[in-house]
Amino acid sequence: MSPGAETLHPEVSAPWRPLGRSRLGRLTIAPAFAWWAFFLLAPIGLVLASSFFRRGAFGGVEYVFTWDNYVRAIDPLYLRVLWYSVRIALLTTAICLVVGYPAAYFIATRSSARLRNALLVLVILPFWTNFLIRTYSWIVLLNREGVINKSLQSIGLTDGPLPLLYNDFAITLGLVYGYIPLMVLPLYAALERLNPEVREAAEDLGSRPARILRTVTIPLIVPGIVAGCVFVFVPSLGNFPVPQLLGGGRKIMMGNLINSQFLEARDWPFGSTLALMLMLILMGLLIVQSRVLRRGREIGIDV
Amino acid sequence: MSKGRAGATRWLKVHMGILFAFLYLPLVVLVVLSFNDARRSVVSWQGFSTRWYGEVFDDPQILASLGTTLVIAAVATGLSVVFGTLLALGLERHTRSSVLDSAVYFPILVPDIVTGIALLSFYSLIQFTLGTRSIMIAHSVWGIAFAAAIVRTRLRGFDRSIEEASLDLGVKEIGTFLRITLPVILPGIISAALVVFTLSVDEFVIAYFTAGRTVTFPIQVYSMIRFGVTPEINAVATLMLAFSMLLIVLALYLNRPRQSAQATFLEEVAA
Amino acid sequence: MATRTKGRWTTLLAASVFALAACGGDGGGGGGGGNGDGVPQESGPVTLQVMNFANYMPEDIAERFEEATGHSIELTLTSSNEDAIAKLEGSPEGTYDIAFVTSPFAEGLINADRFEQLDHSLIPNLSNLYPEASQLDYDTGNAYTVPYSWGTTGICYRTDLVKSTDVDGWDDMLNPSNELSGKITMLDEDRWLLLPALKSLGYSANTTDEAELSAAADLSIKAKATLLGYDAETFYTKLDSGEAVAVMGWDGWCNYVSDPSVVEWVLPSEGSDLWVDVMAIPTGSTRVAAAHEFINFILEEENGLWVAENILYKVPNRAAMEAVDPALLETYPNMAMDPATLLEQEALRDLGAGQPAFTDAVTRVKAA
Repeated sequence: MSPGAETLHPEVSAPWRPLGRSRLGRLTIAPAFAWWAFFLLAPIGLVLASSFFRRGAFGGVEYVFTWDNYVRAIDPLYLRVLWYSVRIALLTTAICLVVGYPAAYFIATRSSARLRNALLVLVILPFWTNFLIRTYSWIVLLNREGVINKSLQSIGLTDGPLPLLYNDFAITLGLVYGYIPLMVLPLYAALERLNPEVREAAEDLGSRPARILRTVTIPLIVPGIVAGCVFVFVPSLGNFPVPQLLGGGRKIMMGNLINSQFLEARDWPFGSTLALMLMLILMGLLIVQSRVLRRGREIGIDV
Repeated sequence: MSKGRAGATRWLKVHMGILFAFLYLPLVVLVVLSFNDARRSVVSWQGFSTRWYGEVFDDPQILASLGTTLVIAAVATGLSVVFGTLLALGLERHTRSSVLDSAVYFPILVPDIVTGIALLSFYSLIQFTLGTRSIMIAHSVWGIAFAAAIVRTRLRGFDRSIEEASLDLGVKEIGTFLRITLPVILPGIISAALVVFTLSVDEFVIAYFTAGRTVTFPIQVYSMIRFGVTPEINAVATLMLAFSMLLIVLALYLNRPRQSAQATFLEEVAA
Repeated sequence: MATRTKGRWTTLLAASVFALAACGGDGGGGGGGGNGDGVPQESGPVTLQVMNFANYMPEDIAERFEEATGHSIELTLTSSNEDAIAKLEGSPEGTYDIAFVTSPFAEGLINADRFEQLDHSLIPNLSNLYPEASQLDYDTGNAYTVPYSWGTTGICYRTDLVKSTDVDGWDDMLNPSNELSGKITMLDEDRWLLLPALKSLGYSANTTDEAELSAAADLSIKAKATLLGYDAETFYTKLDSGEAVAVMGWDGWCNYVSDPSVVEWVLPSEGSDLWVDVMAIPTGSTRVAAAHEFINFILEEENGLWVAENILYKVPNRAAMEAVDPALLETYPNMAMDPATLLEQEALRDLGAGQPAFTDAVTRVKAA
């Protein structure tokens, strides 16, 4: 039986009959969670707990319990930064999805097995250089006297230099550039299971490509889309060098804000508060997303 | 192949071409600037010189930092893929909780600076020596999250009946895993490995705080900002690109389609 | 339920870690001081742990130092003052023996009891310094820190591209003429971002008064409209390309332009700051004596001269400055600035409890 055919009936493969004894199965998640409990939860718990205390006179932590940090965190100044960050991160994610999906699709279904891995590596290869000099290279390309402007002017497409740098355009471009592989690779992993025979079978039976996309392809690759979007949205939200270098420091995002509290203000309590609130919001969104998808599967809607 | 499919493939190829142009455009600049004859500018051109390549080979520290970075990335990737695959299997097959599903993304939600500072304080507390190992562990913390999420995409709709058949036929669980499960999730593992490796190689904040005296390549570069990042960095990056491209070409060559043994035999018989 | 078993183990593990942590003291950030008394010292040749920026010391300093004293050096690279402080405070005491930071940050660490008091009898080369170098407000008499390089902040502009404007003060950056408008950059780092507005309004660069900070923030926000951007790393290259015609920069950095003959550096008429990069010995060091030897060694004339000639900064080392090639001073006039003039500028100080208010003012400017 080809691996493709059965994928139309995910309920057949419902995981409710575990391999071997169920206790053994549950143990598979233990190593990762134990690792995280020790090397993630404990350390950041200690730091984020300082959000309930006060900054000491010279930057340490004064163990006097207070809610002040949380009250301060909802100041419009910070909410404005959050809103700006969300807008930019959403735009970045949308662009990465639109640009990344066809690429992942091509690599997964239209390239030979031999070329597939090479293409994947080529997509990610630029990011084995260094972020800073890649960003400097973008500055060389985008600035007013830069390569792109000079070229456009010399071939007569524009009269004067376009403002390609130190604005929202440059920030979005920088973020899309940096995170596109994180959209392509998870999508590829999901799409690669899409056996071409299945789709061709559907095509032969008369289904139009758009309908195939909706009823066959997308339900299967939803986990890939979710992963890709999370991988792009979350780091975009917390990115700090791109707004600083490509945005000319004219705008700040959540990453800059949290950084400046920890490093400039040396206010670990307040920085922790901002970080914690951001994390809780994101976690909440993720749980809602997961619940919606699981509910959908349980009641038979193929998502 | 239907006509529609051929047309679609053509557009897809155009799309790929544009994407690659976008991805590699700054690299062209990067490579060109590695020949820049300027002591501390990688943003404005001041003449041609190959001296930076000479500097690279005269500079044991930079090459050492590169080596350290690659080793850390390799180990962090290994750890992440192993733990992450297990986690993906466990979450997909043995749990039903939305909270646990989302917990897999938790390390990615934590801002870098918080992870970095927290781990530094924690390592100091438990008196864990800072060095390459502390960075490897720190990177594996978020690496597991990426790996688990990616491998999990391969598990949706996976037909367990093949695995059950294998077990019924007497193959032990580990054999079933290696022969049946693993080949199906392998593209996910490869994707995950590529992602984690790449992110680790270029990661600065967390590495900086957990490195102690160790110097990774990003730490080296960021430390140079204060007095000018030199084109030597561009030279190193160019060499890395060239070397990686060479590996890709080599891999493609070694994997080129060859006649199967049966086909060769049949040819000889027919002759 | 399926997850209960695993959940119990995780809770137990986490609880034990928290218990361990609670016994161990606060999780970093401004921990206890201590004066090195009672810290056992290593004897014999040691390996000094030095925290510094890349390329800020002569390449051969480690060899020469080892030859002279038998001690070796291991360098921990840092990327900025803020990062250095966070790393210093998060690491166990005694991890580093020498730290290079800039004066306002150093003062913060002094106030937090993180630096050892220096024994001047072990640093005879202090006599190489200008007398002004011991009159620095953030650490009068150099009780805890020794200056390595110093300077001020000003404006550098293209003399060939700025013809009709007389650039002589911060006001030219905050209310620029048409010639300058849209072609100005200002420094991105917090303390320096507000400096032009603070000085232009006649306030102290170290103010923590909410009203003054607010006024400075408002002025800076207004100035943002005519700004190309904030840049603390590549502003001199923008001057090279002509994309910016006037940039705010630390004096040494302005010397990095590719053609100094068309660039002029100006000390603003409203006054500016005084910053000093210093060396200090973090508390808890087990190699205090060797650290003193290192500081003394750095103060030798040839090391100060290296800094001046390669980093193009002024150094407080009189012996070194007097040995600098006069041609260099002609090419880069701000290097010839008289220490007395330098000390007329306002030394940047640590803001103590007022730091968060300052950071908020900067955040307001950048978020606008």
